[in-house]
Amino acid sequence: MERSSEKISSSSSSSSIPSTEDKTANGTCLNLKETELRLGLPGSQSPERKLSLFGQDLETNDKSNGFTGSPLKNLVSGAKRGFSDAIDGSNGKWVFAMNGKSDVELAKGAVLASPRVGLDSKTNPQQAKTSVSVMKVVVGVPQSPKPVQAKNNLVPPVNDHAIAPASKAQVVGWPPIRSFRKNSMASNLAKNSDEGAGCLYVKVSMDGAPYLRKVDLKTYNNYMEFSSALEKMFSCFTIGQCNSSGLPARDGLSESRLMDLLHGSEYVLTYEDKDGDWMLVGDVPWEMFTDSCRRLRIMKGSEAIGLAPRAMEKCKNQN
Amino acid sequence: MGSYSSELKRSKDSDESARRSSFPDEVLERVLSLLKSHRDRSSVSLVCKDWYNAERWSRTHVFIGNCYSVSPEIVARRFPRIRSVTLKGKPRFSDFNLVPENWGADIHAWLVVFAAKYPFLEELRLKRMAISDESLEFLAISFPNFKALSLLSCDGFSTNGLAAIATHCKNLTELDIQENGIDDKGGSWLSCFPESFTSLEVLNFANLTSDINFDALEKLVGRCKSMRVLKLNRSVSLEQLQRLLVSAPQLAELGTGSFSQELTIHEYEDLESTLSNCKNMHTLSGLWDAKGIYLPALYPACSHLTFLNLSYAALQSVELAKLLAHCPRLKRLWVLDTVEDKGLEAVGLNCPLLEELRVFPADPFDDEIVHGVTEAGFVAVSFGCPRLHYVLYFCRQMTNAAVATIVQNCPDFTHFRLCIMNPGQPDYLTNEPMDEAFGAVVKTCTKLQRLSVSGLLTDLTFEYIGRYAKNLETLSVAFAGRSDWGMQCVLGGCPKLRKLEIRDCPFGNAALLSGLEKYESMRSLWMSACNVTMNGCRLLAREMPRLNVEVMKEDGSDDSQADKVYVYRSIAGPRRDAPPSVLTL
Repeated sequence: MERSSEKISSSSSSSSIPSTEDKTANGTCLNLKETELRLGLPGSQSPERKLSLFGQDLETNDKSNGFTGSPLKNLVSGAKRGFSDAIDGSNGKWVFAMNGKSDVELAKGAVLASPRVGLDSKTNPQQAKTSVSVMKVVVGVPQSPKPVQAKNNLVPPVNDHAIAPASKAQVVGWPPIRSFRKNSMASNLAKNSDEGAGCLYVKVSMDGAPYLRKVDLKTYNNYMEFSSALEKMFSCFTIGQCNSSGLPARDGLSESRLMDLLHGSEYVLTYEDKDGDWMLVGDVPWEMFTDSCRRLRIMKGSEAIGLAPRAMEKCKNQN
Repeated sequence: MGSYSSELKRSKDSDESARRSSFPDEVLERVLSLLKSHRDRSSVSLVCKDWYNAERWSRTHVFIGNCYSVSPEIVARRFPRIRSVTLKGKPRFSDFNLVPENWGADIHAWLVVFAAKYPFLEELRLKRMAISDESLEFLAISFPNFKALSLLSCDGFSTNGLAAIATHCKNLTELDIQENGIDDKGGSWLSCFPESFTSLEVLNFANLTSDINFDALEKLVGRCKSMRVLKLNRSVSLEQLQRLLVSAPQLAELGTGSFSQELTIHEYEDLESTLSNCKNMHTLSGLWDAKGIYLPALYPACSHLTFLNLSYAALQSVELAKLLAHCPRLKRLWVLDTVEDKGLEAVGLNCPLLEELRVFPADPFDDEIVHGVTEAGFVAVSFGCPRLHYVLYFCRQMTNAAVATIVQNCPDFTHFRLCIMNPGQPDYLTNEPMDEAFGAVVKTCTKLQRLSVSGLLTDLTFEYIGRYAKNLETLSVAFAGRSDWGMQCVLGGCPKLRKLEIRDCPFGNAALLSGLEKYESMRSLWMSACNVTMNGCRLLAREMPRLNVEVMKEDGSDDSQADKVYVYRSIAGPRRDAPPSVLTL
């Protein structure tokens, strides 16, 4: 089955279901039978057997399919006996057996998960894409009668910032780090995002300019400062153009400066966000912008009317 | 014949007394009092009855690795002259929340016996014990000579208990509060040291979070002229640090507070010159929220540094490299993996004397970032630091080849703790298990005492360990192995094994029971989320009456499964303070 190296998408996976692995030219394959969630130990398959996660063969360590070489992300074990609980296809319990009894089962490659999670074993490929994230929210799933982690295994946050460990579905006590360190690091992360410590360099390109620049978004507090900095940076390319449109003098910068630039229709400031979409700068609050901005493009106004899809395509192609 | 044998006996007695008088007990005791190592002392005590007695009368420090292996009464009976006690309680996995909160290891019963038998007790060092504020107060008022209190990974107390210590212990020289589950109710405890109190030499409150009264601290540091260790918490600012250092330039160990205040040029220069006055400093830690621009202030103080603990300072590789250029004598380095492989390359280049490296993960729970350190960083360090013998390394990828290279460069490892953070992850280049990596470690590093394994591992790893790791004392295993055979190899092969801790491995009753004879020579065994059943544990308990076999059940688990098993040898018999969730078989 021909597979792109991109993420599993529902359309392509709804076609034929091979019972054995098909290898493709780029080494990835989809064995849809494998998308049945089954319990297995990490390392429970023989060394020659490639580890699979939801049918994606990880042989090529192809990271672009959305899975890294680590098949056991988001384990939910809670130090439970993952080996003796069972699920079979019909009644939704986990099937697993140890020590030779079902080496075949083991060899098929599987994912270690909490025996208490009553996931539907008829997981279809569409779910396979989202099943990683499904496991992430398993903690709150009411299907199982018991909590995923015994309550005396939950890490009570010492301070308000220790949210990171509890919100993801993780193995209890893994990685083996003491609570104090975990909580300190969590509060570090929270601090950094509040205070904006560190730096956030993004590339800035300008249509027609021979080279790109980089700016540290953290050094600016609002759009006003940012646009004036950009202006300074790229002034050598735009001499005469901004001024000729009758914009206010630099000293009299106002918050609408950026809007003026835009409405002046000489240049439009756009950015690519985390999702890969091209957006107009200025719509969202400054903090949200710095959080999501990956790179910037100063494009000619004429090419960015309403940021039409055509303009977006052009931006993408030129990158 | 009766007279002949009694004559023989008499001549024997006189021979012995002749021998004894030529080597009086006092001399023996004097000689033995110079022995510090508790293992040496144990050996001495086994020589003969005289030596046993001489040793017990001359021993002033007792180390108890498992508080339930012996009772305080037994200890007090054997050793009448103890001044210093080190006690360890809960199994190590309690640090990672695998042990129920009310499990035990309460110090109070010990304190009551000590108050009666060792009224002149001076030192108490506790690790993974439960200690309440009442116990701390009891301690503070029961021992007039009390000098040193050190608490690591303990819980059950609050800063009120510290206040009691500060108030009552007039001769205190050491207050060392390391990472604990302490209920931090505020910093006023520090103000409880009386104005007349001047004896403090060691003060470590780095892991408390509340603000303390800086004025009280400044005065305290000012009047304790013998202070050599001062580890501040995050609430102490750079400016305050500078003021403290002015009155304590003699410090040998410094833990800074927060290293990120906005300083004027003048303030920065003051800090720099004050730090350069600290000519005795060999250990530096803290550096919370360290900003790269202020690190150069440390440079002049680093020339004699042997231990640098940056594990709470999220430095980047360039910042670390610049700092290390000033630390040529470094022997121990703890960092966060924010320094990345480039930072570790700088370690290899600048620290040829390095013996210990610990790399902690800054963001252990986010496996979507591709940051941190890889095998390349570890390899780089190994090339530059041939004396490396202790490593704790958290990473997200590793290869067998890299580990083979590392141990080839550094064959003297005594402690090799590798944590590939994703459970069961193979060699990321070859996709093979990491068996050969740990095989290389145990084959090459003959002095290996402690090993923590991780990654995708088959039973072969444990075959290697059993066959080659002849000096191994502590083994930690998680998410590894294929069958009982793995654990059997270890139990059958490692003659010096003392502590074995296993979680989430497919080892069952056959494996557990294969160690029947071994467990009495070990301190303890921990197995959780394995394949052991209650019947297996009952069998073990029945066969080995001198072992305590404890099973911790979890809510709603199968009745026949032994979720968590803790086995340890004891001369005190089964404990009586176990909570309902802990079954002693």
